[in-house]
Amino acid sequence: MALDEIKIGGLGASRRRVEDNRFIRGKGNYVDDIVLSGMLHMEILRSPVAHARIKSIDVSKAYDIPGVRLVLTGEMMAARNLAWMPTLSYDTQAVLATDKVRFQGQEVAAVIADDPYIAKDACQAIVVEYEQLPVIVNPFQAMESGSEVIRDDKENQPGNKVFDWEIGDKAATDKAFAEADVISKMELHYPRSHPSPMETCGSIADFNRATGKLTVYMTSQAPHIVRAAVAMVAELPEHMIRIVSPDLGGGFGNKVPIYPGYVISILASILTERPVKWIEDKTGNLISTGFGRDVYLQGEMALRKDGKMLGMRMRTISDHGAFYADAQPSKFKIGLMHSTFACYDIPAAHLESVGYYTNKAPGGVAYRCSFRVTEAMFFQERMVHAAANDLGMDQAEFRRMNLVKDDMFPYRTAFGFLTDSGQYGKCLDIGMKAIGYDTYKAEQEEARKRGKLLGIGISTMTEPLGAGNSREYDILGIKMFDSAELRVHMSGKAILRTGAMNQGQGHQTTWAQIVAHELGIPADDVTVEEGDTDTAPFGMGTYASRSTPVAGAAVAMVARKIRAKARKIAAHLLEVSEEDIEWELGRFYVRSNKERGVTIQDCALAAYSNMPDGMEPGLENNAYYDPPNLTWPFAAYFVKVEVDAETGVWDVLKVVAVDDCGVRINPMVVEGQIMGGLTEAYAMASMQYQTYDDEGNCIGSNYMDYLLPTAWETPGFELHEVVTPCPHHPIGAKGVGECATVAGPAAFVNAVVDALGHLGVRNIDMPMMPNRVYEALTTGKDISGMPPVKMGD
Amino acid sequence: MTSLYDEVQAAPGEGVPTRRVTIKVNGEDRTVDVEPRLLLAHLLRQGLKLTGTHTGCDTTNCGACTILFEGRPIKSCTMLAVQADGHSIETVEGLASASELHPIQEGFKEEHGLHCGFCTPGMMLAAKALLDKNDNPTEDEVRWALSGNLCRCTGYQNIVKSVLWAAEKMRAESK
Amino acid sequence: MYPSRFGYESPKTVEEAVAILDAHGGEAKVLAGGQSLVPMLKLRFAAPEMLVDINSIEGLRYHRVDADGTIRIGALCRHEDLEEDDAVAKAVPTIAAAAPLVADPIVRTRGTFVGSVCHADPQGDWAAAMTALGGHIVAQGPKGKRDIPMKDFVIGPFQNTLAFNEIAVEAVIPAPKGVRVGNYLKLERRVGDFATASVAVALDMVGDTVANAGIALAGVGGRTINANDAASGLIGKKLTAENISSVAAAVAAAAEPRTDHRGSADYKRQIVKTFVERILTGLANSSQKAA
Repeated sequence: MALDEIKIGGLGASRRRVEDNRFIRGKGNYVDDIVLSGMLHMEILRSPVAHARIKSIDVSKAYDIPGVRLVLTGEMMAARNLAWMPTLSYDTQAVLATDKVRFQGQEVAAVIADDPYIAKDACQAIVVEYEQLPVIVNPFQAMESGSEVIRDDKENQPGNKVFDWEIGDKAATDKAFAEADVISKMELHYPRSHPSPMETCGSIADFNRATGKLTVYMTSQAPHIVRAAVAMVAELPEHMIRIVSPDLGGGFGNKVPIYPGYVISILASILTERPVKWIEDKTGNLISTGFGRDVYLQGEMALRKDGKMLGMRMRTISDHGAFYADAQPSKFKIGLMHSTFACYDIPAAHLESVGYYTNKAPGGVAYRCSFRVTEAMFFQERMVHAAANDLGMDQAEFRRMNLVKDDMFPYRTAFGFLTDSGQYGKCLDIGMKAIGYDTYKAEQEEARKRGKLLGIGISTMTEPLGAGNSREYDILGIKMFDSAELRVHMSGKAILRTGAMNQGQGHQTTWAQIVAHELGIPADDVTVEEGDTDTAPFGMGTYASRSTPVAGAAVAMVARKIRAKARKIAAHLLEVSEEDIEWELGRFYVRSNKERGVTIQDCALAAYSNMPDGMEPGLENNAYYDPPNLTWPFAAYFVKVEVDAETGVWDVLKVVAVDDCGVRINPMVVEGQIMGGLTEAYAMASMQYQTYDDEGNCIGSNYMDYLLPTAWETPGFELHEVVTPCPHHPIGAKGVGECATVAGPAAFVNAVVDALGHLGVRNIDMPMMPNRVYEALTTGKDISGMPPVKMGD
Repeated sequence: MTSLYDEVQAAPGEGVPTRRVTIKVNGEDRTVDVEPRLLLAHLLRQGLKLTGTHTGCDTTNCGACTILFEGRPIKSCTMLAVQADGHSIETVEGLASASELHPIQEGFKEEHGLHCGFCTPGMMLAAKALLDKNDNPTEDEVRWALSGNLCRCTGYQNIVKSVLWAAEKMRAESK
Repeated sequence: MYPSRFGYESPKTVEEAVAILDAHGGEAKVLAGGQSLVPMLKLRFAAPEMLVDINSIEGLRYHRVDADGTIRIGALCRHEDLEEDDAVAKAVPTIAAAAPLVADPIVRTRGTFVGSVCHADPQGDWAAAMTALGGHIVAQGPKGKRDIPMKDFVIGPFQNTLAFNEIAVEAVIPAPKGVRVGNYLKLERRVGDFATASVAVALDMVGDTVANAGIALAGVGGRTINANDAASGLIGKKLTAENISSVAAAVAAAAEPRTDHRGSADYKRQIVKTFVERILTGLANSSQKAA
C-alpha cells in the first residue's frame, strides 16, 4: 500500500512548522542569545555628519573608563590592511573611516569592553574632529559638474557616477515609437526603503589562536558567501573559518551584504583573543545597512490605438549611497530591472540606467525582491495604469489584451528573458470576480455623487525568481547554484542539510516535505539543518526567492539519488533484477507481485547491514543544482480603497491576491509568505520610507520616524490560488516569497490614483501619506517625492 | 567588571553603585545586584538567561520585549530592572508548563502566527493580557490590543487568527 | 539602548521625593511611567545625575470625580486607567476619547497622565486635553502645594513651569458649568505615531447653548496650542453650522504649524479645521438626539 502523502507531511500538506516548537517557547537561538565564555562586547561609534574629512580621533578618554579593553580606529585597521573591504558589486567600502566619512552613520571607531553599557560610555568619550564637506543627497546633485567627488579614494573616479548601462534593442524600440498612435509617459520616484527585520545585524567572532580557527556566529542570509569574503579580507584559509548563522529574526535582503561591524568584530577577537559580540542597535541598522530602491524611473510606451503595446523604453537614475554595495549578480549593474514588462507581449524594449554615489548609506539590497525587480514591476504597473487611461481603455481589458497568452510559452521577452509558463488570463478573471469588478464602475460613480472617492487598483506581473543559472548569474564570480546533502540513517530517519539559509520561511518544515514526497520518509523523521559552513554543503544562501527554486530543487535531486541507490538495495533484498522493481511512495515492490515489497526504511537498514556485494555501504549523497532557467510566478492583485476628501486619509476596503507560484510545497507557509509580502507592499505604499534632509541627516533612523504598520492599520487579505507547474523545476515549484512585495505596491497606488482619476491626477509618489493625497486631490496635480526630478534626455 | 547584571554570587565592580533586587520571575524569586541603569529586558536576557524576551528597537515601539508586569503587559526595555524590585513578572518562558503548551502558544503554531519568531514572545504576552481581560474578543479588538507590537514577516492576519483560536480554546476549557 | 550611569532613589513619600530633588539642585529627574523618559535615557538624549522613582509612593494611582464634579487624576494614574472607564466617559468625554489614542496599548499600561502633561511634548495628547478642559496641575515642593493653571504650565516645547524641586502630584479638571461634552481627534499615520495634528474639544452645555468652551491642539506648533480664545466664540451660542464653521476657521488660524515630512503648514491647518468641524458637528448631532 502506498502511503498517504498528506499524512506523512509530503507535498501539499499544510504541515505545522517544526521550528515553531522552539520559537513559541522562547527557545529560539538568535545571535544575541549566544553567550561564549569570556565574551567581550563591542559598540560602534558612527559619524554624526554625512560628509566630512576626519582631522583627528582622540580615544584616550575612552581608555580611562574601567572595563574598556580595546578601541579600534580606521588607522589601526589600515595598519592591518583592513580599513577597506570589497563589496558584492566589485567596489570597495570603508570598514572604519580613515580619510573621510561619506554618510551619516558611517563606522568611525569601535570600543570593545566588558559589557555593552561600558562600551557605549566609551564611545561617547571618543573625540573626533570633523571638517565638513559639501553634502550630496540625491543623484541630481551628484551629476552636476563640479560637484564634490565623494569617492576621492578611488583612482579613475573623476565624478560621482557609478555606472552607465543599457540593454535592449534601441533601434527597434525607436521604430516602434515612430509607428505608434499613442505615446504614454510615466515618471516617478521609488523611495528609499529599509528592509528592517525586527532583529538587527550582529556577530560574535571567536578566534582561537591555539587552533588558528575563526568561528563567527552572525546574522547572515548567505553564510558561505561570507566565508569566501572573510577568507579574502582576513587572509585566512577557508578551512580555518567557520561561519554559523543561527536563527535569524528576519532578513528580507538586509542580511545578505557583509557589513563593517562583522569585520571589526573579527579583528577585535583576533587582537583580544576573546570572543567579541557585536549587536547593532536599531538606529545603526536603519542608517548604515542595506536599503532597497531609491531609484528615479522614467519611461514611455508606444501604443496602437486599439490598445496593443508596441514598445517601451525606460531610463533609471539610481542612488547607491557612498559605496556601490548592491547585492546582485555581477553581470547586471541595476539588478534585473530589465525584467520589467515580462508578463506583457511587447516586441521592442530598451533600458538605460545610470547609477550615482551620494552621501547616504550604501546598500541597494534586494529588499524582499529579486534584485531590483520591485521597482521594475512597480514602474511597469504604474505605466500600464496610465497608458490604459490615456487610451480610454478599461484597466483589466487593457492588461488582458497585452498579457502573454497561455499558448505563447515559452515566450522570449524583448529584453531576452525566457518566461516559460502561466495562466495569466485565468488569474485576472479570478481576481476580477473576487473584487467585484463588474459592478465597480457604477459603484464608483454613485459614490462620487455622495462625495466619496472610491478606487480600484490592479497590478499584474510575472517576475524572475530563483537565480540563477550559472551561465548568467554569479556573485563575485561564484556561480549561483545551490546544494543539498541527505543522510539516511539505518533506522530510515534522515538528516538534510542545504546551502540555503532560513530566516522565517520555514525551511526546517518544508524541505522535509520534499524528502517525504520523494522518498516516502515521513517529514517528521527528517531533521533539517542550515547555516553552519562546517557542516552545510556550499550554497549561495536565501534571498531573491531563490530557496525553493534552487536549494529546494537540490533537495529533490539528492532524494532521487538516494532513491536510485535504494532501488538497487531493494532489488538485492527482493532477489529480483532492478528492472523488475517498481516504486510507490515509500516502497519498492516486484512488478509482477505488488504484495512483495520493501519499504524505504528496509532499504536504509540494509544499506548499513545487508548491502549487495560490491556496493559502497551507507545511504547518503549530495546534489548541486544549477537551474536551467529562472522560475516565473505570476501575481494578480486587486485593491479597493476609499479616500477621505477632507483629509487625504485613505482606507483599504479590500485586498484580493491571486498567486500562481506553481506547485505549493506547504500551502499554509506559502499563504503566510504572500500575506507578509502584501503587508510590506501596503507599508511602502502608505508610510514606510527613508528620506534625507539637505545636510544628509537620515529621516527614518528609528521606528518613531521610520513607520512600520501595526496590526491595526494593516488590512485583511483574501487569497486565491492558480497552479501552473514550473516546467523545469523537479517538483514544479516556483519562487513566491517576494511576489506580493513586488506587485503589491502598484495595486495600492493604482487604487488611490483611480479614486482621484477624475480630478486629473496621474501619479502620487510613495508613500501616499495623507498630506500627499490631499494635495493631489485639491490641486489635481501629480505629487512627486523629493527632490524635483529632471531626468534629462 | 561584570556588575551590570551578574547574579549575587559575583562581586560587584568597584565604585559602581548597585542595588540588590528580588523579582518574582515566572513564579520564582530571583535576587540580583544590578546597576540602576540596567534595563529590565537586559536583566532578563543576560542576567537571568531568559533569552525569549527580545529587544527589537531602541525607542519603545516594537514590543518584542513585552512581558507581563503584575499581570499587565509592559515593554521591558522601558523599565529599569531596579523598578521591578518586589514585583512579579511573567515572560514567554513562563507560558507553558513542563508538559503542556498554553493555548496561545498552540494557536500560534496551529494558525501559522509566526515566521522568524522574533516578535512572537512579545505578541503572545500582549495576547495573553488581552485574553485575561476579554475571553471573546472580536478581530478588531485583537488587532487593537496587538497594535503596540510590530511584526515584519506575517502581515498580522495569521497572528490575529492565532489569538482567536486560543480564545476559543480557552473558552471551551473554562466551561 | 544603553543609558548613561545615574543614581536612583525610590522614596516612599512625596516629601522624601521632594527632598531628594531639592538636594540635587536640578540634576535629578522624576521617574513616573517612564514611557518618555526611559526612551530618552536609552538614546542618551537625557543623562540625569539622579532618578527619583515615585512608583513606590502609595496613594498616587487614582482618578476620581468629587461630589462637586471636580475631576482629580493622581500622579501615578496610568493611561489605561482612563480607558474604558464609564465614570470618566461620562464626566470628561474628551479624556475618554483621547485615552485610547495615546501611544500604543502596551505603553498605556505604564505611562501616566500627569507625567505626559509634564513632558509637554508639543505633539502630546494630554497637555492638549487638559488645556481645552481648563485644568490645573497641583505641584508639591519643599514649601507645600500650589496650583498651576494649564495656561501657565506648558510654556514651550518640553518645558513646564515646575520648579526643579517640585513634583506634579495631581491634575485637576474643574467641574463643568452644565453638561460637559467633548471629543478628541488625532491624525496619526499609524498607532503610536506622533500626531500630525490633533484637536481636543471640551464644551459645557446648558440646554443647547454653549456655556463654556475649550479647544486645544497638538502637533501644530512648537508647543501645545491653546485655542481657548478662538473657542470662546461659541460661548452663549448654539452649535449651528454657521457658528461651527466660524470657530473652526478661528481655531485653524490659531494653529502655528510648520511644514515638515508630515505635511505642509496649510495641510495641518486644514486638518485642524476639519477636525474641529467634525467634532462640533458630532456634538451638535448627539445633543439634538438627546433632546
